[in-house]
Amino acid sequence: MKKRLKTILFLTLFAVLAYNILEMPRGGDINSPAYNEATEHFIEKSESETGAINIIGAILTDYRAFDTLGETIVLFTSIVAVVSVLRPDAKPESEGKTRKEEMEDAS
Amino acid sequence: MNNLIVSTITRMVVPFIQLYGIYIILHGHISPGGGFSGGALIGTSLILYTLVFGVKKAEKKFSHRVSEIAESGGILLYIAVGLIGMIVAGSFLTNLGAGFPKGTPGELISAGMIPILMIGIGIKVASTMITLFHTLIEEEDV
Repeated sequence: MKKRLKTILFLTLFAVLAYNILEMPRGGDINSPAYNEATEHFIEKSESETGAINIIGAILTDYRAFDTLGETIVLFTSIVAVVSVLRPDAKPESEGKTRKEEMEDAS
Repeated sequence: MNNLIVSTITRMVVPFIQLYGIYIILHGHISPGGGFSGGALIGTSLILYTLVFGVKKAEKKFSHRVSEIAESGGILLYIAVGLIGMIVAGSFLTNLGAGFPKGTPGELISAGMIPILMIGIGIKVASTMITLFHTLIEEEDV
């Protein structure tokens, strides 16, 4: 009974999502909402405004440079998290306990 | 890995992968690519080196000290360039308005701060990949 309910729920959700996908504008459609004045501005003026002929590079590191800084900070945070959890046992024995010894003491 | 063919080919191929990565980073404002993809290439070449020659040898090439400097250096370079824009032109990460030279579009040295930022991102991504890999592999040995 529960399983059947779940199946019906998921099929309904799938139907809604599939219908939404059918309603989306086709790729390259001139009337698509993604094709607006921002796109025209980037294509026409990015070379004169930034000097870069790679429009994607110009958007990534000039128009949306602050966004890219956020991406870099995400990378930095991830590396800090990983190193603080799985920290390499670089310390010699005189400087405190290594991770392994701490875990042995705790258990 | 004690395979003569694999180690010889790796020793030959790694410099070319790294050179291609540097090319992709430096041409980020001219051709497709940029800091993220070029940095991923350099990081992958170092991962290949670690896989073939072992962590101990790779640690000599890219130690934790170097990774610390590269990690914070890349992001500090980015923020420093942004602060130059803030001091000169009034808003963070201003490009041509802050007096960075525009140059001729299409040349290697052009587009103001974009190549500098690409280099910062490239250093950051490469060192992130290799540090993650080294940290995870070392944990397995313990």
